[in-house]
Amino acid sequence: MKVSYQWLQEYLPVKATPAELADNESRTGLEVTDVKVPADGLKKIVVGHVLECVPHPNSDHLHICQVDIGEDEPTQIICGAPNVAAGQYVIVALPSARIAGNVKIKKGKMRGEASNGMLCALQEIGFPESVVPKEFVNGIYVFPNAETPGDSVFPLLGMDDAILDYDITPNRADCMSMRGVAWETGAMYNEVPTFKEPELTEGTTPIADLLTAAVNDEKDAPSYQLRVLQNVDIKPSPLWLQIRLWNAGIRPINNIVDVTNYIMLTYGQPMHAFDYDKLQSDKILVRRAHDGESLTTLDGNDHDLTEEDIVITDGTKPVALAGVMGGLATEITADTKNVVLESALFQPTLVRKTAQRYNLRSEASSRFEKGINTATINEALDAAAALMNQFAGGEVAQGHLSASSIEPLSVGIDISIDRINHVLGTALDVPTVLGIFKQLGFPTHESDGLFSVSIPPRRWDIHIDADLIEEVARIYGYDNLPSTLPTGDMTLGHLTRKQQEIRGTRRYLESAGLTEAISYSLTTAEKAQQFTLTDSALTKLDFPMTQDHAYLRQNLITGLLEDLAYNLARKQNDVAFYEQGRVFLKEDDATIRPDEVEYVAGAFTGLVRQRNWNQTKEAVDFYYAKGVVDGLLKQYHLAAPVRYEAVQKPEMHPGRTAAIYVGDVYVGFVGEVHPETAKAYEVKTTYVFELNLDLVLAQDRQKVVSQPTAKFPAVTRDVALQVAKEVTNEQIMDVITKNGGRFLTSVKLFDVYAGEKIAHGEKSLAYTLTYQNAKATLTEDEVNKAFAKVVDHLESDLDAKIR
Amino acid sequence: MTLRDTLRTINDQNLAKIQQATNLKELNEIRVGVLGKKSPITNVLRGMKDLKKEDRPVVGQFANEIRDGLVTAIDNQKAALEQKRLDQKLAHEKLDVTLPGTPVVDGTPHVLMQVMEDLEDVFMGMGFQIVRGYEVEDEHHNFEMLNMPKDHPARDMQDTFYITQDVLMRTHMSPNEARELEEHDFSEGPIKMIGPGKVYRRDTDDATHSHQFFQMEGQVIDKHITMADLKGTLEYAIHSFFGADREIRFRPSYFPFTEPSIEVDISCFNCNGKGCAVCKYTGWIEVLGAGMTHPNVLKAAHVDADVYGGFAFGLGIDRFAMLKYGITDIRQFYQNDIRFLSQFNGEDK
Repeated sequence: MKVSYQWLQEYLPVKATPAELADNESRTGLEVTDVKVPADGLKKIVVGHVLECVPHPNSDHLHICQVDIGEDEPTQIICGAPNVAAGQYVIVALPSARIAGNVKIKKGKMRGEASNGMLCALQEIGFPESVVPKEFVNGIYVFPNAETPGDSVFPLLGMDDAILDYDITPNRADCMSMRGVAWETGAMYNEVPTFKEPELTEGTTPIADLLTAAVNDEKDAPSYQLRVLQNVDIKPSPLWLQIRLWNAGIRPINNIVDVTNYIMLTYGQPMHAFDYDKLQSDKILVRRAHDGESLTTLDGNDHDLTEEDIVITDGTKPVALAGVMGGLATEITADTKNVVLESALFQPTLVRKTAQRYNLRSEASSRFEKGINTATINEALDAAAALMNQFAGGEVAQGHLSASSIEPLSVGIDISIDRINHVLGTALDVPTVLGIFKQLGFPTHESDGLFSVSIPPRRWDIHIDADLIEEVARIYGYDNLPSTLPTGDMTLGHLTRKQQEIRGTRRYLESAGLTEAISYSLTTAEKAQQFTLTDSALTKLDFPMTQDHAYLRQNLITGLLEDLAYNLARKQNDVAFYEQGRVFLKEDDATIRPDEVEYVAGAFTGLVRQRNWNQTKEAVDFYYAKGVVDGLLKQYHLAAPVRYEAVQKPEMHPGRTAAIYVGDVYVGFVGEVHPETAKAYEVKTTYVFELNLDLVLAQDRQKVVSQPTAKFPAVTRDVALQVAKEVTNEQIMDVITKNGGRFLTSVKLFDVYAGEKIAHGEKSLAYTLTYQNAKATLTEDEVNKAFAKVVDHLESDLDAKIR
Repeated sequence: MTLRDTLRTINDQNLAKIQQATNLKELNEIRVGVLGKKSPITNVLRGMKDLKKEDRPVVGQFANEIRDGLVTAIDNQKAALEQKRLDQKLAHEKLDVTLPGTPVVDGTPHVLMQVMEDLEDVFMGMGFQIVRGYEVEDEHHNFEMLNMPKDHPARDMQDTFYITQDVLMRTHMSPNEARELEEHDFSEGPIKMIGPGKVYRRDTDDATHSHQFFQMEGQVIDKHITMADLKGTLEYAIHSFFGADREIRFRPSYFPFTEPSIEVDISCFNCNGKGCAVCKYTGWIEVLGAGMTHPNVLKAAHVDADVYGGFAFGLGIDRFAMLKYGITDIRQFYQNDIRFLSQFNGEDK
């Protein structure tokens, strides 16, 4: 809502400057987002009187004008506007003037003729085209009356006013009117606004002779009031009225339409005017549209209506979408003689839905949606009729039609001083609060610290004591409230075990060199279903914004691959990412809400170690990725052993992927992305892992119990063995640990070799076995015996050759 | 020559040799030569039997003094030589300490998570618990319970991704608060919670809009929680996060789920309130919304609004991160350019 500072002064004295008013209002009620004086930045723009206007000899459209600019001699200005003519009072930008866009005007010659300035269109002095009266859109502006040449145009066009842009919150629709803003300003500065109603003089023709009106359902139109004006003369409104409209962002049209808009700005009451003679009958009926009916609205668009639309009909067909927009067929035009004027209250939700349905959000509909002052429906109607009569002549028919009406009621709220102080944490006394209610203009009766407050209909946002407490708080001033911390029973602020472990997971991965990425949870159907750990039905958005973000993800890897591709495209070739977040899984399509499961995934591409002056470079490989996962799983102290098993997954390399088990529970996988998949994602060789973190965290944990540090020395034995290529490390480890005896404490693989020095189809592995007895020093004999047993079994169970 | 003179001569000759020794081997040879079984001092002591009985102790003592003196001299010279050898070794080991250290791999937490954890820690310090909630919510908890019945104009402010008519992607973190209100047992104490998490809006992604972003909301509900408590809590949190020198301004505002509602501005940290492009020349930057929980919200969760009340607040984690680090395009958070992400490696912690 654009609020004119000068207009506001008409209702109450405002001593604050526009900037102060904006700041005070922002702290007290509504945010004022901008304060603008239209003339700011412009200079040397004055009234000119075009004395003579002749065609330029060397041009088919330019004119040479002799213009009186209040000096002794007229000045010559060349003008290209099609509407320039002798006798006009116009806007002149003098040499060295500043016009819109910080353009400087200079003396010059146009096709050989001197031009000492410029005749201006309104757009050229900063008016948005949307508010320029239609007749001046394609030419210079012409004042309607004689003005004094040489005078500044700024006061004449309302450009010296300050325009405050109020950001109206949905609850404060009362400030979508100048009167509402005046009450609000008065409450803030402890002033009572005064309003003058224009005097209405009715004619002798009773309205009932001209028109009848009915409302089908009073719930749709609780109040519906009409007046009729006869024999009006359609012409432009007086300039002062046009200024008020354009400073509020509304284009002046003609004296009838302008009054409807002016009244809407004044009272917040949307008005509509119909051409009486274009109605097909003298019966106005407000009803729901029938299926199959249609209406062409003022903007020229056709709409097929539904039973959810309230329409105004002329007894046969719709002539307006109630509260939203009038019909083109009954529009006020230059030929209009007789006018039907409507002031009403329509059902807010239906108005809102109609406006949304046809994309017709208007000044009127936005007011009806949020509510209007029910006390001024008739007052606004009468004021509109009076002003139209004043500007357009003719006669106002006697009386008004009321097809439905409501009694505007004040709302009574009882509230105690204790309740106010209890909620605000203040120690306000009764006189202070009484003073605030008085400032707000709410009649109040107080007894024993209990206030009975009567809320006038102009503040329809206030229903309950919380609303009233807000009024007290804001007028008292939020800055004046004390600042304390909650007291009462203590609460413990700490992370839950799961939250701690998730944070720990993230810290571990960062220290392992992975940077955290956050990808989009919404993706395509195809990507949602890749790299999954379990079968799941898809969760689809009903009405997605784009096909790229239409399904909920079921894995974290596809997002990471997209992130890697983004980086590769920017020559960032060595990247390690992890993501911790939720995937959305459900058993079948019949299930609507998916389970939200915490996953963690990682992706590596390129080098994990750059070449350095003292180190060689190192590219990521399977074992690097596996090492990161291994280290991560160690963090959780899982009770069951972690096991890796070769596995086939469609998006993964068939020979370089391992399923990860904790005991017998499948919790995730690690491996190389299938080259075909990598190609599809436009990434190079990439290793990934994905874990169902919720499932991992749900596994049994080891209780860590401290063991005494061994007092007796450990003994080691190395064994190198040659086996068939198919034999896995896991098989060998199983044989060693199963047969190692009670003193075997650890087995470590330290070498793997397959190549020229070894028979084809075989490989060599070497292990260090560590033996220790916690209670005594091991003897050579004990160790030799235990070691021999391992060697025997390696030979017999795995056909190993001991080297 | 008397024995005494002999001893003196031995002493003088050997002291000079000891002090001139240049390595430990040479010194050891001197030691063996002067103190060993065949050394001159031993010879002198053997010759003592020829002396008069009364002279023997005097000469013996003198011989011992000479011997001790030589032993000390050898030890001193040995220490000096060892020190010299060490010094030489260390000098040889000298490195160019300006060569770069061997790099240790490290990843960076996402800047949004850093901001989120910072805020979590601030509020946990004040006794708040963290609640995560659901990203897929039902309309009842996302809207209805928060005083936003169907057709409420405020729903227009939040374009929603629906899955069905009743199930949607949460548009804010408020459903967490509604669920907590429903489930909480006040006999176990007050509610003091924050809910940080991912939210979704049906928006086209551009520099200032994202269909996915992070919010944090919180609430405190008890028998006597005041607006002054809200003010104090937010002041503490804002000062912790944005710095103690920020000025704070509270403005009236509107949210369906709070009454009174406020918006909180901080003095612009770029211009300190003078006015600049960051604060759009107002001197103030809006950082969060808050208010006293609307009685309808309490009633919808079957909490007695006459007994219990409190406050709620909400903030955008993306917005906080953008403000704190001067990030101008929200899409950068989700594009995951490694060059962008690794800037925030926590050096200011």
